[in-house]
Amino acid sequence: MESDWIAGLIGGLMIGGAAAIYLLGNARIMGASGIISGLLDVAATPAWAERAIFAAALIATPAILVRSGMGDASPAIAGTGVMILAGLLVGFGTRLGNGCTSGHGVCGISRMSRRGIVATLTYLLTGGIAVIVARMLGWS
Amino acid sequence: MLRLMIAALAGGLFGAGLLISGMTDPAKVRGFLDVFGTWDPTLAFVMGGAILPMAIAWRVAARRKRAVTGHDLPNPPQGPVDGRLIAGSAMFGAGWGLAGLCPGPAMASLGFGGPAFVTFFVAMVTGMAVFKAWDGRR
Repeated sequence: MESDWIAGLIGGLMIGGAAAIYLLGNARIMGASGIISGLLDVAATPAWAERAIFAAALIATPAILVRSGMGDASPAIAGTGVMILAGLLVGFGTRLGNGCTSGHGVCGISRMSRRGIVATLTYLLTGGIAVIVARMLGWS
Repeated sequence: MLRLMIAALAGGLFGAGLLISGMTDPAKVRGFLDVFGTWDPTLAFVMGGAILPMAIAWRVAARRKRAVTGHDLPNPPQGPVDGRLIAGSAMFGAGWGLAGLCPGPAMASLGFGGPAFVTFFVAMVTGMAVFKAWDGRR
């Protein structure tokens, strides 16, 4: 358990370090949902290329680590139907609310943004409720 | 060119951090959100660890005009807390709790997670496209 916390802290520092590099290097806010939805605007702009490279590195690095035995793949906790419902909610919701765990959580809270704090408290609350509901319905 | 290299470095470090921290493990995410069950506080360490370097970065950014690549540093607007923010975040949280995946880890899992993770990712991108179409027509 404690080793999980240490791994969490180290991984968290890496996530925050990545966000810091993106801000101070490229003047960009590292929000995963914004970067992914930005890829849907398939216009060959410099911003699109930047997002594409970011996404490629984001996919390749953990895949290489898992394949070389330096990390573990984890099983899904829900069946196909729930995965589709959850994916639709996450996709629509992060665009409506303009951010997710990285944008509102990491980048927002670190500058004491009211929007980031309110968003984070909201998704933590509904996330907790969803876990309870899923258990009651036997979904996970 | 430097801009793209920095994007690759940030994306790679983000992906490695998500894997090492346990954010790509849906059971771990569920354990963190399961406050009334057997609560697993790991993700609080992830969040705390991630906020620390970024809080320093914002302080550095406040004292500089431009980023390394010469672009103006963003001066993020302090927008209003409105219904869209709350409703969107509420929907996002519900999906996050159901699948144990948020956008960053969903993308980071594409190369090793397997079909269930790909299904989630495709549905998520579909949800983003649906939002775009809906928002554009309003």
